[in-house]
Amino acid sequence: MVNNKLTVKYLIIGNSAGGIGAVEAIRDIDKTGSIAMISDEPYPTYSRPLISEYLAEKRPIDKISFRPADFYKVNNIQIISGNKVETLDVEKHTAELADGRQIAWEKLLLATGGVPIVPPTPGISKRGVFNFITLDDAKLIDQFLNDADGVVVIGGGLIGVSVTEALLKRNARVTVVEMKDSLLNLILDEEVSTMAKEKLQLAGVEVLTSHTVAEISNTSMNRDTVSSVIMDDGRIILCNAVVVAIGVRPRIELARNSGININRGIVVNRQMETSHPCIYACGDAAESYDFINGDYRLSPIWPNAYMGGRIAGFNMAGIHNEYQGGTSMNSLNYFGLRIASAGTVNPPDNSYEVLKESKGSNYRKVVIKDGVIVGMILTGNTEKAGIYINLMRNKINVEEFKYVLVTEDFGLASIPEELWLPQLSLPSSAEDYSIITAEEPEEILAGE
Amino acid sequence: MKRVYIKEEVCIGCGLCEVYCQLQHSQSKDLVKAFNRETPQPLPRVEVERNGPVSLSLRCQQCLDTPCIYACLTGALSRDTSTGIVNIDEEKCIGCGTCALACPFGAIKQDYERGKAIKCDLCQDEEIPACVANCPNEALVLIEIEEELLNSKPAMISR
Ligand SMILES: Cc1cc2nc3c(=O)[nH]c(=O)nc-3n(C[C@H](O)[C@H](O)[C@H](O)COP(=O)(O)OP(=O)(O)OC[C@H]3O[C@@H](n4cnc5c(N)ncnc54)[C@H](O)[C@@H]3O)c2cc1C
Ligand code: SF4
Ligand code: SF4
Repeated sequence: MVNNKLTVKYLIIGNSAGGIGAVEAIRDIDKTGSIAMISDEPYPTYSRPLISEYLAEKRPIDKISFRPADFYKVNNIQIISGNKVETLDVEKHTAELADGRQIAWEKLLLATGGVPIVPPTPGISKRGVFNFITLDDAKLIDQFLNDADGVVVIGGGLIGVSVTEALLKRNARVTVVEMKDSLLNLILDEEVSTMAKEKLQLAGVEVLTSHTVAEISNTSMNRDTVSSVIMDDGRIILCNAVVVAIGVRPRIELARNSGININRGIVVNRQMETSHPCIYACGDAAESYDFINGDYRLSPIWPNAYMGGRIAGFNMAGIHNEYQGGTSMNSLNYFGLRIASAGTVNPPDNSYEVLKESKGSNYRKVVIKDGVIVGMILTGNTEKAGIYINLMRNKINVEEFKYVLVTEDFGLASIPEELWLPQLSLPSSAEDYSIITAEEPEEILAGE
Repeated sequence: MKRVYIKEEVCIGCGLCEVYCQLQHSQSKDLVKAFNRETPQPLPRVEVERNGPVSLSLRCQQCLDTPCIYACLTGALSRDTSTGIVNIDEEKCIGCGTCALACPFGAIKQDYERGKAIKCDLCQDEEIPACVANCPNEALVLIEIEEELLNSKPAMISR
C-alpha cells in the first residue's frame, strides 16, 4: 500500500457530519468524479452524539453508524480509515498521509472537526482520566468502568450532560463540576438551566456549579491512577475516574501549517471556501456564517456541520451555492426533560424584548430584537420548534402576532396564513399534476 | 410522486384525519383497540391545528430539499428516491428531536412513550392515505406530480 500515489478529483478530510454532507452533495451533481475520504478514526462514519448510547448500553457500532454499511460502495467513494493526513501542499494540491502515501487532489475539504479542550489541571494525564469525543474515548471508559464507580465529570455543557446520563445508566455515581454558575449555560437561560439541574439531582447526580477542579490526584497506593479530585475550595471528592467534557476547539493544524487563513477556526466565506481557491472547510473546524448574529463564528453542532459540508460539496462540484447560515440550535432529551433552544437565549442588553410563559412542563420563551425573533427556548412539547427557527431564519417581523409565540398550543395556525398556506396548498398550475381519488371510498368500521 | 395538499377553506377542524391516521398506524387496525387498549399507544402523524376560524390538517410535506434529513443526528431519516417519501428508521432514531428544529412546518411529532420521532409516511402501501380517504369534506387532496414540478424549497415564503 505504501508509496503508491493516488489522484482524486475530490479529497475529503474527515468522515463525519461535514464530510458526509459534502460527498452526498457532490454525488447529487457529479456521479463519477473520484472521491477519497480520510479519517484517522478506524471506523466507517458514525454518529458522534451516539457515543453516549454506546457507553450507556453498548449499542453496537452498526447501530450507531451514520450511513448504511454499503454507503461508500454505492457512492463510489474510496474510504481510507485509521490514517491521518500529516501535511498538505496547497500549491501542488497534494496531501501526505501518516503511512507515507501521497494523494493528489483537485478540490479539498477540511472537515476535520474538533479536538477536546483539556485544561492544564495538575494530574490530568493520570490513568482514569478520559475525554468524551470519539467512539474510542467511549470504548476506553467502557473498559475501565466498574459497577458503582465514582466519576467526576468536568464540564456541565452538552457533552458533560450527555456522558453523565450514560454513566448513570452504567450505575456510576456521578459528580458534575461546572465552572460557571449554571449547567448548559451556553444554550439555556437561568430558568431552564435550573430545571435541568434539578433533573440531574433527582437522578442522583451531584452538581457543583461555580467551582473548578484544582487537581486530579490520588490518595491510594497506585500513584498513576486517579482516586480523587481536589476542588478549588479544598474539598476532596473520591472517585475512580474523571471525564473531561469541557468542549472542543477547532482542529486547525493542517490549515495553519499550510498558510490557510485561520481565526479561532478556519475562515470561510458563504460558499464555505477558505482563503485558498479549491480548498473548503466546514463543521466544528470552521467559522461559518451565523444568520442571527450576521457574522462568522464557531457553531459546533451536528446539523450545521452537515449543512456546511453540503454547501461546500455543491461548490466543489461546480454548482455555485451559498450557505444560508446556521445558528446555535439544540434539541435535548436528557433525564426526561425535553428542551429545544436556538439563537440568543440570554439577551446581552435591554434592546431586546423577552416574552415568556410557563404552563406545567411547557415553558416558552422568545427573544425579539427589532421585531424579529433572535432566540427561543421551549421545554416540554418541543415539536413546533422548527416553526420558530424558520421565522428566525427568514427574519419575519413578528410584531403583529408576537404574543401567540409563547402560547402552549402554538403552531402554524397561530401565525398569519400567508406564511404557510401557499406551501401547503395545491400547486398553482393545474396542468402540473393529477388528482388521485379512490374508486370506491373505503369504509372503516369502529370495533368489531 | 404523491403529495397531500390541503384546502384550508373547507377544513372544518373535525379531526377525523387524526382519528384515521392513528387507526392506520395501529397494530390492530381496530378503532376501539387503537384508541383504548393498544400498548404502545399508536399515535396520529397528522395534526389538526385550530385557531379561531382557521383549521388546518398538518402533515409532513415530503419536501424535495429536506432540512430534517440534513439535521438528523443519527442517520435515521432518509428519502426514498422512488416514492419521494421521507422515512424514519426507528431502530436508529433516538427521539432527540433535532429534526424538528429544522422542519419549517413543525410536522415531526414525538412518540414520548417509545422515544421515537414519528411523521407522515403517506400510508406507504395504501393507494390513498387514510386521512385523505376519510375526510368528510374533501379538504385533503392527493395528487400525483412529477418530481421536477414540485416546489423544491420547503422554507416559508419570506417577508
Ligand atoms: C458526546 C457528544 C454529544 C454531542 N451531542 C450533540 C447533539 O446533541 N447535537 C448536536 O448538534 N451536536 C452534538 N455534538 C456535536 C457534534 O457531534 C459535532 O458538531 C459534529 O460531530 C461535527 O462534525 P464535523 O464533521 O465537523 O467533525 P467531527 O465529527 O469532529 O469529525 C471530524 C473527523 O475528521 C477526522 N480528522 C481530523 N483531522 C484529520 C486528519 N488530519 N487526518 C485524518 N482524519 C482527520 C477526525 O478524526 C474526525 O473523525 C455532540 C458531540 C459529542 C462529542
Ligand atoms: S422538513 Fe418537515 S415537511 Fe419537509 S420533509 Fe422534513 S418533516 Fe416533512
Ligand atoms: S429524533 Fe430521530 S429522526 Fe429526529 S434527528 Fe433525532 S434521531 Fe434523527
